[in-house]
Amino acid sequence: MKVRLIYDIALSLLLARWRQTLVAAIGVTFSITMFIALLSFMGGLNKLLDSLITNRTPHIRLYHQLQPAKVQPAQLYPGFKNAYNFIASIKPKNRQLDIHNSGAVIAALHRDAHVAGVAPRLQAQVFYNVGVTDITGLLNGIDAAAESRLFSFGDYIIAGNAADLSAVTDGIILGKGVADKMLAHIGDVIQVTAGNGTHLQLKVVGFYQSGLQQVDDVESFVAVGTAQKLLGEPGSYITDIEIKLNDIKEAPALAKVYGRLFNVDAIDIQTANSEFETGGNIRTTISYAVGVTLLIVAGFGIYNILNMMIYEKMDSIAILKATGFSGRDVRNIFILIALSIGVIGGGVGLITGFGLSAIIHHVPFNTNALPTVHVYPVDFNPRFYIIASVFSVLTTYMAGYFPSRKASKIDPVVIIRGK
Amino acid sequence: MEQTAIKAIGINKWFRDQTDFRVLTNVTFSVNKGEFVSVTGKSGCGKSTLLYILSTMDTDYEGDLYLDGASMRDKKEQELAVVRNEKIGFVFQFHYLLNEFTVLKNVMLPGLKLARYTAHEVEHKAYEHLKMLGIKDEALKYPNQLSGGQKQRVAIARALINDPLIIMADEPTGNLDKKNSEVVFDIFSELAHKYHQTLLIVTHDNDFASRTGRIIEMVDGQIVGS
Ligand SMILES: Nc1ncnc2c1ncn2[C@@H]1O[C@H](COP(=O)(O)OP(=O)(O)OP(=O)(O)O)[C@@H](O)[C@H]1O
Ligand SMILES: [Mg+2]
Repeated sequence: MKVRLIYDIALSLLLARWRQTLVAAIGVTFSITMFIALLSFMGGLNKLLDSLITNRTPHIRLYHQLQPAKVQPAQLYPGFKNAYNFIASIKPKNRQLDIHNSGAVIAALHRDAHVAGVAPRLQAQVFYNVGVTDITGLLNGIDAAAESRLFSFGDYIIAGNAADLSAVTDGIILGKGVADKMLAHIGDVIQVTAGNGTHLQLKVVGFYQSGLQQVDDVESFVAVGTAQKLLGEPGSYITDIEIKLNDIKEAPALAKVYGRLFNVDAIDIQTANSEFETGGNIRTTISYAVGVTLLIVAGFGIYNILNMMIYEKMDSIAILKATGFSGRDVRNIFILIALSIGVIGGGVGLITGFGLSAIIHHVPFNTNALPTVHVYPVDFNPRFYIIASVFSVLTTYMAGYFPSRKASKIDPVVIIRGK
Repeated sequence: MEQTAIKAIGINKWFRDQTDFRVLTNVTFSVNKGEFVSVTGKSGCGKSTLLYILSTMDTDYEGDLYLDGASMRDKKEQELAVVRNEKIGFVFQFHYLLNEFTVLKNVMLPGLKLARYTAHEVEHKAYEHLKMLGIKDEALKYPNQLSGGQKQRVAIARALINDPLIIMADEPTGNLDKKNSEVVFDIFSELAHKYHQTLLIVTHDNDFASRTGRIIEMVDGQIVGS
């Protein structure tokens, strides 16, 4: 009953100034709309970029790196224990880049419950022979089926078919940049030269475009066997083992385990792409900051209208108090006004925010870097809507709090005497 | 059953701005239930100031105030609001109606706040009072559509809605012409004589005062005659 009365009075005051109230509510609507659209868009973008990395990049990569000897002989001599050593007589040894006993390692990984899939890879420096010039390049011997399944390799084949790598003997998928330089077409036969001088004739079966020019200008892909043949290495020779995990978060810990277990170098996706995560965090922070700023501005709108309303309604407040409404009742009336502006404006804002996000999600967005994406990415995450609701109620409450307190403190004697 | 509606004992009030200024000096008096009392005195002698204290709106004073036998001294703001709501009906010189609400709603508001009766019953009572004051037809109009005299009658109806212990009025006819003043006075006397309503009316109008049951005369913040 009492709540109804307070609500009734609040509503009447609100309607008496409906134009200003509407403007204040539209302010909230606008800011909530923008908040949601902005965060959904940014969220979508982050997710897209993240997925680019996580879909394309192995969660753990096992490889062998050329390293200097960790301990130099001079350090072993007890007499030099406290001396500064600058003699580095042992240079990096010409260690094989391949992973020892790769077959057993892959088999062991396949049995591991953490592992979703494993793909071998063989990387080799090559020259693409074009007429009399040679273009330096990087040849990847891959298992096309595994790469497509685990790392979306197939998505980046812009002509031809990833499966042809295994179907066609000595087939090659050229990076788009390489192909352009070589004026190669599908079906052409090109020649590559390995570091050891071996030549090999390869048939172009497709083009690859990752969107990263420095990749597309040098890299190309062949079957693992083809690469081994070019290098004159046996069938067990591979330089990388790429692992996809069931849970990407376990990558850093498991990388350490595998590195020790198989005596190889192991790098996890988080370490390899740390700058990426930072970028995502910064984007998210900026969008939140902008969104919250919008809300605060809307809050000031409410603050203004309430202050004005209270100034205009001094007489009414005085009479309410004279007839038995307490300061608390008066405060509740004005807080209720603020909250209804916030709730109604915010509620409409949630809907229009969803609408705007949906519109953004229909805007065409085509870029070479993202062959699978055709519209702007949007993350319809309920969390944004929850945050927006909480914030709109919170800011309107804050905006209403101080004017309401002022109203509750109005001394009816001063007003009545002032007439 | 308590017989005094208002009992004021030794009320002093200062205004402390740049200089201390004593407005009320040792004001002591009481009003019995059913009395029709007027307060008169020269302009500036402290009549309104006293009324604001008696009405519990002004709490910055020395002395003791009892309404219906209960001390107002240590009551909190919220408790005083309840007292005003329940026990005091107000009529001001300027009518002080809420322009956002209809006449009927204006009359009903203190009743709805008290919530002793249902909204339906409060509405019924409001209609009864408006009828008694001859403005039933204006019930659904807004205050700014009424004449000055009509507005003052609405204010009286509002003061009556909770069957108050006492009705206090500060120059209720001060802003009205002769004819309307007469109407308002007649209403007050009817309330006093027919319904035994306790009334405390501040007025300049000696003619008006002489027709009330008792006159309290003030000079320079002191009661000189009663
Ligand atoms: N807020 C204030 N600060 C200082 N002095 C005040 C204040 N309010 C009133 N006064 C003074 O107190 C005195 C009493 O004022 P009050 O309004 O009670 O007079 P009144 O008897 O009602 O006069 P009137 O018949 O003209 O309405 C006056 O001299 C007035 O100037
Ligand atoms: Mg006065």
